[in-house]
Amino acid sequence: MIAPVLSVQRLSVRIGAARILDDVSLAVPAGGTLGVVGESGCGKSTLLRAILGILPRGAEVPGGAVLFGGRDILADGGASARGRIGFVPQDPYLSLNPVFRAGDQILEIMRRHAPGTRRDHRARLVELFRAVQLPEPEAALAKYPHQFSGGQRQRLLIAAALCCDPALLVADEPTTALDVTTQREILALLQGLAAARGLALLFVTHDFGVLASLCESVTVLYAGRVAESGPTRDVLDDPRHPYTRMLLACHPDRATALAGIPGTVPAATAQPDGCRFHPRCPLARGDCALDVPQPVLHRGRVIACPYHAEALPEVALA
Amino acid sequence: MTALRHILRDPVATFGLLLVLAAVVVALFAPWLAPYPDDAFESHLLQRLRAPSAEFPFGTDNLGRDILSRVILGTRDALTVALAVVGAAIAIGVPVGLLAGWREGWLAETLMRVTDVFLAVPQLILALALGQLMAPGIGTAMVALALTYWPFFARTVFAETRRLRGALFVDALAGIGAHPARILLLHVLPNAAPAILVRATIGMGFTILTAALLGFLGVGAAPPSPDWGLMVSEARQHLPEAWWFPTFPGLAILLLVLGFNLLGDGLRDAADPRLRRSRGH
Amino acid sequence: MALYILRRVLLALPALLGLILLTFVLSRVIPGDPAAALAGDAATPAQIAAIRAQYGLDRPILEQAVVHLRQVVTGDFGTSAFSGRPVAEEIWQRLPATLELTFAALLLATLLGIPLGLVAALDHNGPVDHVVRLLSVGGLAIAGFWLAIMLQLVFAMDLDILPLRGRIDVPLGLPPRVTGLLLVDSLLAGRPDMFWSACRHVVLPAVTLALPALATIARFTRSGVLETLQKDFVLYARAAGYGRVRLAAIYVLRNAVTVTVTQIGLLFGALISGAVAVEAVFDWPGLGTYAVQAILSADYKALLAVTLVVGAVYAVVNVAVDVAQAIIDPRVAEDGR
Repeated sequence: MIAPVLSVQRLSVRIGAARILDDVSLAVPAGGTLGVVGESGCGKSTLLRAILGILPRGAEVPGGAVLFGGRDILADGGASARGRIGFVPQDPYLSLNPVFRAGDQILEIMRRHAPGTRRDHRARLVELFRAVQLPEPEAALAKYPHQFSGGQRQRLLIAAALCCDPALLVADEPTTALDVTTQREILALLQGLAAARGLALLFVTHDFGVLASLCESVTVLYAGRVAESGPTRDVLDDPRHPYTRMLLACHPDRATALAGIPGTVPAATAQPDGCRFHPRCPLARGDCALDVPQPVLHRGRVIACPYHAEALPEVALA
Repeated sequence: MTALRHILRDPVATFGLLLVLAAVVVALFAPWLAPYPDDAFESHLLQRLRAPSAEFPFGTDNLGRDILSRVILGTRDALTVALAVVGAAIAIGVPVGLLAGWREGWLAETLMRVTDVFLAVPQLILALALGQLMAPGIGTAMVALALTYWPFFARTVFAETRRLRGALFVDALAGIGAHPARILLLHVLPNAAPAILVRATIGMGFTILTAALLGFLGVGAAPPSPDWGLMVSEARQHLPEAWWFPTFPGLAILLLVLGFNLLGDGLRDAADPRLRRSRGH
Repeated sequence: MALYILRRVLLALPALLGLILLTFVLSRVIPGDPAAALAGDAATPAQIAAIRAQYGLDRPILEQAVVHLRQVVTGDFGTSAFSGRPVAEEIWQRLPATLELTFAALLLATLLGIPLGLVAALDHNGPVDHVVRLLSVGGLAIAGFWLAIMLQLVFAMDLDILPLRGRIDVPLGLPPRVTGLLLVDSLLAGRPDMFWSACRHVVLPAVTLALPALATIARFTRSGVLETLQKDFVLYARAAGYGRVRLAAIYVLRNAVTVTVTQIGLLFGALISGAVAVEAVFDWPGLGTYAVQAILSADYKALLAVTLVVGAVYAVVNVAVDVAQAIIDPRVAEDGR
């Protein structure tokens, strides 16, 4: 196996009494692509913020590490990784400051984290604008964010993510705010750029379709813990964790709240003991409420459920 | 009542409420609280400009009057003037705002343009102009202040009425044939009440300040009235020797206006949950 | 942008026209019989009639309004009943003094208020925040005339480190008038001694006048920064690796001050009102003292002229504020808000 460019090791994050992340591990191999899937509230955004070194004020890390290029991001607030991790945010409309020129906002990132003079930076940025297929790349430097369309803004942000020549691209559902046609273009662009530049890609998404086409492997989160992870094809074709199975049965397209299943995702302040999914799980039995399930290795996959081999009752999959 | 509870939870706003309540108590019982209640008008030239002492905690003024007594007696005047001015401003501004907000067309337009014109001139200058045209005096000053403050109420009520006129429940009321006056008085006005209350509280502080300024400039209260602004003005000729003379009336203004402003702030927070959030939890 | 500025100017005109009409109505309606008011208590009916004819008060009211409008627009405010000199000339003499004072105060309030609001927001609910909050409420509760006297008492009378009154040390004389602003004219005349004297004289009045404005600016900056810090683009900028100082002082502040700038425009009215009190205490020869003198001497032409000029300056400042806002936030000019 190729050495991972990013590896999150047994990371736990708390904010006050809320246990947002608990013992989460994942790895993105150099040049590889990993998808992170889960319903809203499963801890995805906190995981992203930990990786980007911008955990919210008051967040505590009782244990674990986020290693990037061999150094722990949590130890230096992300300083060593700045510029080396490119970030593509969810909402291109809200992620650029409306009162500054878009180009200047990207140049400021380069000023701090990329070598070279301002003139070099401008030249490189125009090149990047061309690479992300922004129309009129020269003129785009002088424009304000509101003068671009949504799809163009996401292209700008991809250019910004690439501006310091990163080793890893982290994308947070970069297409949810866009219309369907634009979504496809942006995904194709991301995929092409990552392949062409040998970038590793960490992709947070709800969308199993995106996952299948873009990511080699996947990690499924439930209530702040990893439920299941492994090669995308295998997980989608033959999900093993009861949560993944029900999720895919209920919503073959998107990971959204389990409809028709009793209960809801527990609040981060009131996590059940034992397996966090057990109150809603058709396979649950006595010890599920007592012991945290240890990850099981199964045909190249990690599954946090000792009963993953059992069949689900028909009702649960209806 | 929820507003009151909200204020009591905020120590700074509670402090404001206490200041205002204290001033009201002082105003109500002024003749009994003042050590020398007759010093509003009498003079004792033999004991003029005495420094603060046990006998005269705030000292005496140029006519030998006890400054503490005059500050206490002045509280009543300050509050009365402010209440009358704000009351009159509400009486003009609220109907104008309701009318202009409810009706569309030339009448509403004209009313709001007139409001804008009044708002386009600094209040004090307009108050001075009015005051001069009608012979200076405390009555004139009050009329002038009311005439310059009503546009704020008109604006507030106008915005609220316009907002509510589009609201579903108002449509429904109009649909079942409720008379506009009834809708305005029973449904729109109560909704605008919190905004009016906040405006009025801040307006009390503003009016006390401006009335004191008019007194100071010699176009408001006239001697021998125990007006705080007037007292500061009278003190000027006796500086720097009689430092206590301007100090205590000025502090009285500061505390009372501070009380109304802090209270108004707290009320605004209570009335607007969005602002409450921005101050933290 | 040019189009936007033009539109703001055109929008300000109706308010000015309304103001002129208002002053006209005030001058004709409120005194009852303006001719009698002008003539004074002891006038005979014949004298009153003569004055009525002299001022055109026997004409139809609409014609009078048109005449009034024409006079005002051409800068003819009549003759002061107090000094016998043209009101326009006297105002022209005194306007720069008031402008110098208000701009000095506004500058002080902005330069201190914005950083104060910023540090308060960055220390949200911390000790700095509480101090700034108390200052911003207290600053609005202090009577300007009282603060002025207290400052005089301490710094001019007691410590004797700053001058008590006036714009400049009288023996120095005045620099040749170019702008009318002593701080500028003294430098243009190459007279550092005059400049220094003018600086020392402006400190206390400007501080007094600045305090309420500073309070308002700090307060709006604080809430603007707090609101901006919640925005997605701030999180994004942090993730992308903006420096902390630059993020707070430039990236966030520029968004936050759009609201503050609007407030500065509205504050100008309060500053002018405040200037009346401050000028009275410091014997500052500006429009404020002129207005007070006009009131005390029942010089209603002078007072109406001051009202108009102040209204006009106010309108100009607010147009300038709108333009400044469009420069800070390019979306404003395009929305035409």
